Amino acid sequence: MKRKTGIVNLVVLALLSGAAHAQAARDYISVVGSSTVYPFATVVAEQFGRTSNYKTPKIESTGSGGGFKLFCAGVGVRHPDIINSSRRIKSSEVDKCAGNGVQDIIEVKIGYDGIVLANSIKADTYELSRRDIFLALAKEVPDPDGTEKLVPNPYQRWNEINATLPATVIEVLGPPPTSGTRDAFVELAMEGGCKTFPWIAAIKKQDKGRFKSICHMIREDGRFIEAGENDNLIVQKLRANPQAIGIFGFSFLDQNTDVVHGSLIDGREPTFEAIAAGDYPISRPLYFYVKKAHIGAIPGIREYLAEFISERAVGEEGYLTDKGLIPLVGEERAAVLSDVERLKPLKLARN
Amino acid sequence: MPEEKITAGGKSSGTYNLMSFDESRRRVKAGLRKRHRKERQFRLMGIGSVLLGISFLVFLFTTIIGNGYSAFWQTWIQLDITFEESVIDPDGNRAPEALSSANYSRLIRGSLLEIFPEVTGRRDRRALNALVSNGAVFEIRDLVMADPDLVGSTRSLWLLADDEVDMLIKGQVDRSLEQGSRRLKDTQIEWIDQLQADGRVEKRFNTLFFSSGDSREPELAGIWGAVKGSFFMLLVTLLLSFPLGVAAAVYLEELAPKSRWVDLIEININNLAAVPSIIYGLLGLAIFINFFGLPRSVPLVGGLVLTLMTLPVIIIAGRASLKSVPPSVREAALGVGASQMQVVTHHVLPLAMPGMLTGAIIGMARALGESAPLLMIGMVAFIVEAPGSPLDPSTALPIQVYLWADSPERAFVERTSAAIMVLLLFLLLMNVTAVWLRSKFERRW
Repeated sequence: MKRKTGIVNLVVLALLSGAAHAQAARDYISVVGSSTVYPFATVVAEQFGRTSNYKTPKIESTGSGGGFKLFCAGVGVRHPDIINSSRRIKSSEVDKCAGNGVQDIIEVKIGYDGIVLANSIKADTYELSRRDIFLALAKEVPDPDGTEKLVPNPYQRWNEINATLPATVIEVLGPPPTSGTRDAFVELAMEGGCKTFPWIAAIKKQDKGRFKSICHMIREDGRFIEAGENDNLIVQKLRANPQAIGIFGFSFLDQNTDVVHGSLIDGREPTFEAIAAGDYPISRPLYFYVKKAHIGAIPGIREYLAEFISERAVGEEGYLTDKGLIPLVGEERAAVLSDVERLKPLKLARN
Repeated sequence: MPEEKITAGGKSSGTYNLMSFDESRRRVKAGLRKRHRKERQFRLMGIGSVLLGISFLVFLFTTIIGNGYSAFWQTWIQLDITFEESVIDPDGNRAPEALSSANYSRLIRGSLLEIFPEVTGRRDRRALNALVSNGAVFEIRDLVMADPDLVGSTRSLWLLADDEVDMLIKGQVDRSLEQGSRRLKDTQIEWIDQLQADGRVEKRFNTLFFSSGDSREPELAGIWGAVKGSFFMLLVTLLLSFPLGVAAAVYLEELAPKSRWVDLIEININNLAAVPSIIYGLLGLAIFINFFGLPRSVPLVGGLVLTLMTLPVIIIAGRASLKSVPPSVREAALGVGASQMQVVTHHVLPLAMPGMLTGAIIGMARALGESAPLLMIGMVAFIVEAPGSPLDPSTALPIQVYLWADSPERAFVERTSAAIMVLLLFLLLMNVTAVWLRSKFERRW
């Protein structure tokens, strides 16, 4: 048996050294990051692979946070070249990157994604305000009797919050805290509604942490149900339960208009036009970040960037727009184009 | 202790007081109905649980097959494509670069407009072009690249339809809904109906599903890349785990001296077989990727991780089948002067091999269906090109199912189920092989 294990060891060694060799020259772009940007980035990658002479980039769906960990681990073929993110890079992440030698990062804003609250077409459309959303989902809400103190969320039905809403039980399916969609939802919808109480808004100036904990905490008594990262699953559950509301990205609403319809938020319908114009209140920008040191070292990065921001991808009739991405327009787009052209590195304003 | 029982049933203990024959008969008879009822209940419960299990299985299979069988057919549209030289090759020198970067979508647009000359306006024309898959352009390009003489001629070609059209033809779009609630517009449905009336729409067996890699266009997406990735991974796993597992089993069973260390190792191996597979993923991430610096998302690392996972299974199965070889075989061999090594390699191992193979195949089948450890090592990725070696990035079948299940396009639902069917088929084949091997080569002593 000794000889056999010896052979096995040799095989392993050979494989390992071969692998090390393969790593020395990577001829494809390696992308990691957000599962929200994944459906868009993959379309670009596929087009890029088909129309250029470069290999199709490899795109991993790791989530924004997990992606930044990998991205900031260092410079070199072992580390990814690009990270997709459904939120802006944090200054702590920039510091971590810099600590590992990742100095110049190019930021590319690719467009917007609306977050919709949708329910089955078998039930009526909800007309919600951000204040309603906050009152329905926060862990603690201002006392309904009007005094300026917080009580555990007492609301069980929508009409208890706002008499114009139906008398159905509050039941909201949403993403878990690890998701970028959840971060954006909490920041835009919950905090937006939270700020409509002047005395809570006043807390922000004195105690930022307390303000955040009031506005960002979601109730845990079963009215808000964490439904995992799979947005298709949420759509399926909404079909089965017409009372419930689901929270997911606009592209899933766009693909499932025969099953669900989006609730009006502050009187705005979640349509492509409303999100593009910035009228729909819960929308967030999507980004990707590129390691400048890898441009030139890994073939095709510059061309991939050009494809991603090209007219045929994110133009008004581009293929990403067809997939439900809400593209940048006007000056914002011009600024991104010129930044990418000059490969301008990111500078975060310290706050 | 029958006497005691009867005594206990009698009036007084201590005295040896046998019941009369009739009395005991009466008692047995009285209890008999109850005993029979209990037996019937037990039987019914057993049958019930088997039926429940079967009904769940039937439900699972009917949903998967019901959702997925349609993915094996795909809609094609016939168009008369004129390979205009002015579009494809304005310079007229047939240079491959010019041919490969020509604007072939103009040819498709042109031929659609010939069929529907009444369509005007940018929006409507765009809607018309959307009937044909984005992949059709590359289909035409490849045709022209292969045969540059086509330029200037007109051919009637079958082109891949867009996934929305495919869904309509398969009856998965509700025509009765109002226009705003479905992806296809009324005009588009009219066009498709007209094309269908002209005999220009056809459903064909979906070979692309088996021959192409992943794609974000459902009509172009296939499982070949994932199948190849799974194949390379299992190859690495088999090459490493089978020899290692057999060697470990033989040593522990035949050669190792009985000691507390060996017992400890044995307990640990049994425990390892029950460790959740995600743990192996973490281990693989820490050792193979972070320490050895192997690339992410490659089948080699996947295979190494799955090796760690299947080794205990193979060792345990190997030891069990070595144990089942009767000691008389060893004693007889030793008795005619064979060395310990010869006993093992000439007699015990060949007899134990079928059992070991069965264990290995079952371990492999488990490895094939495993997705959790692969999450950690970057296999959850969009990879279009099928891997050419265990060192090319790739995905695996279960991961492909996971990725498609999370895609927004409706047409991916059937593809998810179809991929599950393929995965189940492979698992079934492996398990059948294991059963067949066992029944063919197993020797009863």
